[in-house]
Amino acid sequence: MAKKQTVRVKVNGREREASVEPRTLLVHFIRDHLGLTGTHVGCDTSNCGACTVVLDGKNVKSCTMFAVQADGAELLTVEGLITNGKWHPLQDGFKQEHGLQCGFCTPGMLMSSYALLQRNPNPTEEEIRWGISGNLCRCTGYQNIVKAVQYAAGKVAQGVAK
Amino acid sequence: MITKTSPEVGGMGHPIKRKEDSRFIQGKGNYVDDVHLPGMVYGHMVRSPYAHARLKSINTDKARQLPGVLAIITGEDLAKANLAWMPTLFFDKQMVLATGKVLFQAQEVAFVVAEDQYTAADAAELVEVEYEELPVLVDPHKATDPDAPILREDRDEKSNHIFHWEVGDRAATDKDFQNAPVKASVHAVSQRCHPAPLETCGCVADFNKATEKLTVYLTSQAPHAHRTLFALVGGIPEQNIRVVSPDIGGGFGNKVPIYPGYVCAVVASLTLGVPVKWIETRSENLQSTGFARDYHMTAEIAADRDGKVKALRVKTLADHGAFNAAAQPTKFPAGLFSVCTGSYNFGNSFCEVDGVYTNKAPGGIAYRCSFRITEAAYLIERAIDVLAAELKMDPAEFRRKNFIQPDQFPYKTPLGWTYDSGNYEGALNKALEMVGYKELRKEQAEKRKKGELMGIGISSFTEAVGAGPAHTFDIAGIKMFDSAEIRVHPTGKAICRMGTKSQGQGHETTYAQIVAQELGIPASDVIIEEGDTDTAPYGLGTYASRSTPTSGAATAMAARKIRDKAKKIAAHLLECSEADLEWETGKFFVKGAPSKSKTIQEIAFAAYTNIPEGLEAGLEAVDYYDPPNLTFPFGTYICVVDIDKGTGEVKVRRFVAVDDCGNVINPMIVEGQIHGGLTEGLAIAFMQLIDYDENGNVQGGTFMDYLIPTAVETPHWETGSTCTPSPHHPFGAKGVGESPNVGSPAAFVNAVVDALSHLGVKHIDMPITPWKVWNVLKEKGLVS
Repeated sequence: MAKKQTVRVKVNGREREASVEPRTLLVHFIRDHLGLTGTHVGCDTSNCGACTVVLDGKNVKSCTMFAVQADGAELLTVEGLITNGKWHPLQDGFKQEHGLQCGFCTPGMLMSSYALLQRNPNPTEEEIRWGISGNLCRCTGYQNIVKAVQYAAGKVAQGVAK
Repeated sequence: MITKTSPEVGGMGHPIKRKEDSRFIQGKGNYVDDVHLPGMVYGHMVRSPYAHARLKSINTDKARQLPGVLAIITGEDLAKANLAWMPTLFFDKQMVLATGKVLFQAQEVAFVVAEDQYTAADAAELVEVEYEELPVLVDPHKATDPDAPILREDRDEKSNHIFHWEVGDRAATDKDFQNAPVKASVHAVSQRCHPAPLETCGCVADFNKATEKLTVYLTSQAPHAHRTLFALVGGIPEQNIRVVSPDIGGGFGNKVPIYPGYVCAVVASLTLGVPVKWIETRSENLQSTGFARDYHMTAEIAADRDGKVKALRVKTLADHGAFNAAAQPTKFPAGLFSVCTGSYNFGNSFCEVDGVYTNKAPGGIAYRCSFRITEAAYLIERAIDVLAAELKMDPAEFRRKNFIQPDQFPYKTPLGWTYDSGNYEGALNKALEMVGYKELRKEQAEKRKKGELMGIGISSFTEAVGAGPAHTFDIAGIKMFDSAEIRVHPTGKAICRMGTKSQGQGHETTYAQIVAQELGIPASDVIIEEGDTDTAPYGLGTYASRSTPTSGAATAMAARKIRDKAKKIAAHLLECSEADLEWETGKFFVKGAPSKSKTIQEIAFAAYTNIPEGLEAGLEAVDYYDPPNLTFPFGTYICVVDIDKGTGEVKVRRFVAVDDCGNVINPMIVEGQIHGGLTEGLAIAFMQLIDYDENGNVQGGTFMDYLIPTAVETPHWETGSTCTPSPHHPFGAKGVGESPNVGSPAAFVNAVVDALSHLGVKHIDMPITPWKVWNVLKEKGLVS
């Protein structure tokens, strides 16, 4: 076993640190060392996107990085979408538009959608479909996820949230 | 007719938002990999790189020396406890860990337990296994050749043939074929694929040496049945086993069987006395757990010259892999495949299936399918199209001409099923209208003149779900009833538990709506719990679209028992006789004096505070519901495709789905189920394939090769409905989760074949990849 390294991140607004093997994947760091199990693992080939988090403003699949590569970064996971007890419009949208079924892909979908709306606050349907194309869902057929993102974009445009 | 409750009550038919969503969208779901227990350790499986090989030796010395390694279990170790093999759900047995030889690539060979998952994986690499390769059998058509290697040396029968199963009148059917003026046939393969729920399978086994209680947190679609199987196979007293199915990240049939990893985790926990977690990787999931389909089918139809179908003859070869680990009712070796006469008025029919072993992963499970019905629906809907083309008849008109008519229900099929209700033409008409069929045919004719390729595909399927009646249906001997228990609290709120287990279907919402409908207690006041065998009543679980037909029915029946007791209490409170009372959603009132009433909440309070003499306290009921028949949902799907002549790529331009699942509990959830099932149907038609090379190496064993549609490939779905209630279900529902997956593959394939039919193309096997289409176009000299 290689010497453990200390990884410090700001996750959902809080400074956290843990000592991990250099080979520890970021997703395992988040789940097992930080205890944030909303971020999921659905594959071993970086296809499914269930592990998507927002790292320094960009959506990344946290299974494609080592935790040590995230040292010093700012992370947003699904647990951080809620602010002051209020759901993010995307969370409202997923519930209102029935954008989830089993819920396993949902955290990753939310984080990819979050990053998409940061880049492009008013995406077309096609842009939404491409924006979440790194995330697989086996339950919904994506149609209601698209509607959920449109719902959130509309709310953001109305100034409900930033 | 179902009385519509107010939106505040939220009974049947209200599109209320899902109660379960809140935790999932906050990242607070509790899936099995989120279960973390004090002192928990991790298992990792060593798997065979070969499809067929003699196991010469296993050396675990190096692995054991790795710091952090706690145990390594081999087949020899399990054999000492008589656990090297376990029974499958279908009269066969399966190796838990290999002894003697391995029979498929990725087969379980040894189980390594270590303090953390990285160390467990490292140690698995250090286990040295010596193999001697044996000849490999991949092609099921060669399984019974004289020179085929015998795979299962453990069996008395020295043959790769597992079973022959037939139903119908062979002689009469053959005679009809001899005399028929028109015949058509199609050979279609329903290819090996995998349900691939986004969460893989896994468990945490926790044996407490002090209490001797084993708790298994398990991705199980059937937790109660699994508890009983653990008791029967493992010899642990059943009261000392608790199976907990936590939140499940999709099942689709994949999580019905018991897999070797579960058994190994349990054995490891029994041995070490600490909780052992085993979560398979995606690749392990695709390569070793229950595959689906692999049916190689031929259908022949005999018909009159005017296009009336007469007889159906079906012959099928079923590839079950190394062990017959099919998960289906005991009396049905080929599941409900004999529903293959579909929506049509056939006379004499005959269906036979032969199952064989090959060096492939064991199965096959029912992938979003009520036991081989997807195969059957695909076959008949393909064959109907082939015959319509042969007769140069429009496929919609041809279907209309041959449908079973509404006045024929209950309809007994020539292969023995009794369909409860249907109006097939109603669904067809609605779909034709929604899609604008006539205009599309005109457009297609014009496009053909210009050399462009456009196709329209129809599928008018009949489903058979809700297994099932105890006289016919059991799994491992356990009858396929299902259950519900309702407890109404003093304040009029309720908790209900069922024998089923949601994997995303929204049970926490829909079951609450049934209670709301039956008792008038608002759905928001009803908590639903499933999956904990220590608290929920016994049931066979969720698959085969059976939750609404069985546990849904049990919920209504239990609620009606509560209503009966509530009536006695209301009579006591209102000082009248029960005969003077009438029920209106949520309250009993005195006939002719509606102001004299007691709400269900008032009655619930009285059930604990002001109990009539001679009546037990409390307000609760349990029901174990044995359905009198299956239910038979149906629908018509129409797909419109355009084909790119340069690349062979098929673009699904439109897809209209008209479903009839009887009375609907929650239309929002039903529509969501249909979107999801259609997307899996799209995947089966165009993308998903678990293939093997000649050495038995699995192709399609990772998400790099086993293609799952993204939002980009998935078209916009257009849905519609008709409503033909089930006459025997307590509230006329039928079940819907699998209809879109059962009905849609034929619509996609029929559309592609229709686009190419003027070139003489009669059939293309799934998955219809651009490469396959491009080759057809090339052969026809059409590649641009």
